[in-house]
Amino acid sequence: MTGILVWAELRDGRPTGVTLELLNKATDLASMQDGAVSAVVIGQEGCRGCAAELIAHGAGRVFVVEDPRLGLYQADVFTTILCRVIAEARPGVVLLGATAIGADLAPSVAARLGTGLTAHCTDLHLEDIDGRRQLVMVVPGWRGSMMVKIVCPERRPVMATVRPGVLEKGTPDPARNGAVVIVPADIREADFRARTLEMVREAEEGGLEQAAVIVSGGFGFYEAGGISLLERLARAVGGVTAGSRPACDAGWIPESRMIGQSGKTVSPKLFISIGASGAPHYTTGFTSASLIVAIDKNPKAPIFDIADFGIVGDLRDIIPALAEVLEAERQSAFSRQRNE
Amino acid sequence: MSINILVCIKQVPDPKQFDRITLDPATGSINRTGIPPVTNPVDRHAVEEALRIREAHGGTVTVLTMGPPQARKCLEDALAMGADRGVLLCDMAFAGADTLATAAVLAVGIRTAGDFELVLCGNESVDGATGQVPSQLAEMLGWPRVTHARKIEIKENGSGALVEREIEGGFLRVEVMLPSVIAVVKRINRYRLPTIFGIMEAGRKEIVEVGCAACERCGLAAEAMGLGGSPTRVAGVFQSHRKRHVEMIGGEPKEAARRLIQKLREMDAL
Ligand SMILES: Cc1cc2nc3c(=O)[nH]c(=O)nc-3n(C[C@H](O)[C@H](O)[C@H](O)COP(=O)(O)OP(=O)(O)OC[C@H]3O[C@@H](n4cnc5c(N)ncnc54)[C@H](O)[C@@H]3O)c2cc1C
Ligand SMILES: Cc1cc2nc3c(=O)[nH]c(=O)nc-3n(C[C@H](O)[C@H](O)[C@H](O)COP(=O)(O)OP(=O)(O)OC[C@H]3O[C@@H](n4cnc5c(N)ncnc54)[C@H](O)[C@@H]3O)c2cc1C
Repeated sequence: MTGILVWAELRDGRPTGVTLELLNKATDLASMQDGAVSAVVIGQEGCRGCAAELIAHGAGRVFVVEDPRLGLYQADVFTTILCRVIAEARPGVVLLGATAIGADLAPSVAARLGTGLTAHCTDLHLEDIDGRRQLVMVVPGWRGSMMVKIVCPERRPVMATVRPGVLEKGTPDPARNGAVVIVPADIREADFRARTLEMVREAEEGGLEQAAVIVSGGFGFYEAGGISLLERLARAVGGVTAGSRPACDAGWIPESRMIGQSGKTVSPKLFISIGASGAPHYTTGFTSASLIVAIDKNPKAPIFDIADFGIVGDLRDIIPALAEVLEAERQSAFSRQRNE
Repeated sequence: MSINILVCIKQVPDPKQFDRITLDPATGSINRTGIPPVTNPVDRHAVEEALRIREAHGGTVTVLTMGPPQARKCLEDALAMGADRGVLLCDMAFAGADTLATAAVLAVGIRTAGDFELVLCGNESVDGATGQVPSQLAEMLGWPRVTHARKIEIKENGSGALVEREIEGGFLRVEVMLPSVIAVVKRINRYRLPTIFGIMEAGRKEIVEVGCAACERCGLAAEAMGLGGSPTRVAGVFQSHRKRHVEMIGGEPKEAARRLIQKLREMDAL
């Protein structure tokens, strides 16, 4: 058994970002061992149309399972089909995105195959452990900047889910060759013990993924009293607000705007973190931001280890100062414009 | 039609004191000495949902945990909220389990505890936080599952449920047959606190203990439990390397603010 199989999650008929990130990583890993990369797509009729994009991103083979009943995620049936494709392709490694759906599908497949699964990895690499080349799956540990390496020595395939946004996408190469393998869906009505009836979209408030500037607050706001300061700064810099887990648990920031391992991964132009100590569970959500600013009253806070600029101070002094400078700038720009 | 529900709850170290947890770099094992254990927060919402379903449809609520002897405390808390009885899966043989070995023992524990139409879980723990156990448990019971559930409506005839399950940017409406495993998210409800009366009642309720031998009798090989039954291993821990070099900006707040903004403008970040 060799090779890496990536489950291609579709949204509106296109592979999701994390699918392309996984293919890039898989191509990297496969070039270091003898093995090939393949992808599997499960969807409604015509979903084979996305094979070209998957091939351009590194898949040498694309398994396609099409059926009019598979347009929406069907938990039971996807599990059965993915297990069948794994039995046919016999990969050594199976990778899925740690999305709401990937995190539902991967464990049931791992359980049915009786193999190991590592959740929410932030990195994958090959390493000699116990005298053998093994896939090392890295997850953030408990505190400080500790990272845990997990392996699956005995059973195959090794399975992992990876958070969207932590790995890089490769540059697609349209000249790359690949084969499309059609696998019959072979499902009966009785197989749908859980049936997804419809997908309902809800407007995401403030589009964290698209924001160029994110201002993120941590538990420090508890001691400082009140989150309105954070909103004031977000307005002044033209950004959106987000928060660490304690800030979300306290109800100051909606859970849909939580940054980190159990929350969102973002890569804005500018990420300003205030009053958050910098646990890897949190920082893993924004390490790919172009520029990181950290503000905290504790000069030893680990957040300063991953920032480009840092200010040590009380957020009750620093935020109003920042907001005033920005507001004054805007004011003078405004009056200049009026005078012109 | 009445519904017998089993709720899986896990005891975890108090998340407010996570910064006191250390990992032994040699063994990868967790040291949580001195950190008070609590019920995994979202699992209380799962207990609450079970109590609400019992109130609407009749039936019983059993709570079950796998953990060390002190995990009995989280069962007692759930009994004080109103659950009817508890099951403690407790044996040295269960220690060191990854999610697969955890789910295997939970599944056997559930089968020995009775006949249930519904198993509720929290969607993920705050400590391991893999969110893998509910799907794997369903697989081992041979039942369908719905994870990330924010709303559950049991059908009048008890044959199934309509569930809203969250995904990025929206939700899916799912119809699931019973028996099934459903994992809930926090926003599904607000949970009740135990009353004094509830706490007094809880003392009279039964907590059954199930060990390795009972699981073996139900067909789970000892090799499938605990560390030995876990396909994954911790291969080591390391310090994440510092990717960035920080430039500290000092001075009075106003001065620091001015200099930071100037730098951000120079770098075209603002
Ligand atoms: C930092 C860290 C990383 C880990 N990573 C992995 C990994 O990648 N893969 C892996 O296989 N294991 C991993 N583990 C081990 C894993 O956490 C344990 O197997 C754990 O006992 C169950 O997983 P969980 O806490 O992640 O549960 P989750 O799947 O997050 O829990 C979901 C729900 O399942 C129920 N539940 C879970 N455990 C119990 C229990 N003991 N008793 C009753 N109900 C329960 C609860 O309702 C809970 O809310 C990791 C552990 C740590 C500390
Ligand atoms: C499996 C797992 C998954 C997790 N997932 C996530 C996740 O996705 N996202 C996440 O954020 N966390 C997550 N956590 C929790 C994480 O480990 C940390 O506990 C959390 O990130 C800490 O949040 P914080 O920095 O806001 O709070 P704290 O660590 O309490 O830090 C507060 C900071 O505020 C500073 N401060 C206080 N008052 C002031 C003031 N007046 N002015 C300036 N500074 C001040 C303090 O110096 C301190 O540095 C997870 C934990 C686990 C175990």
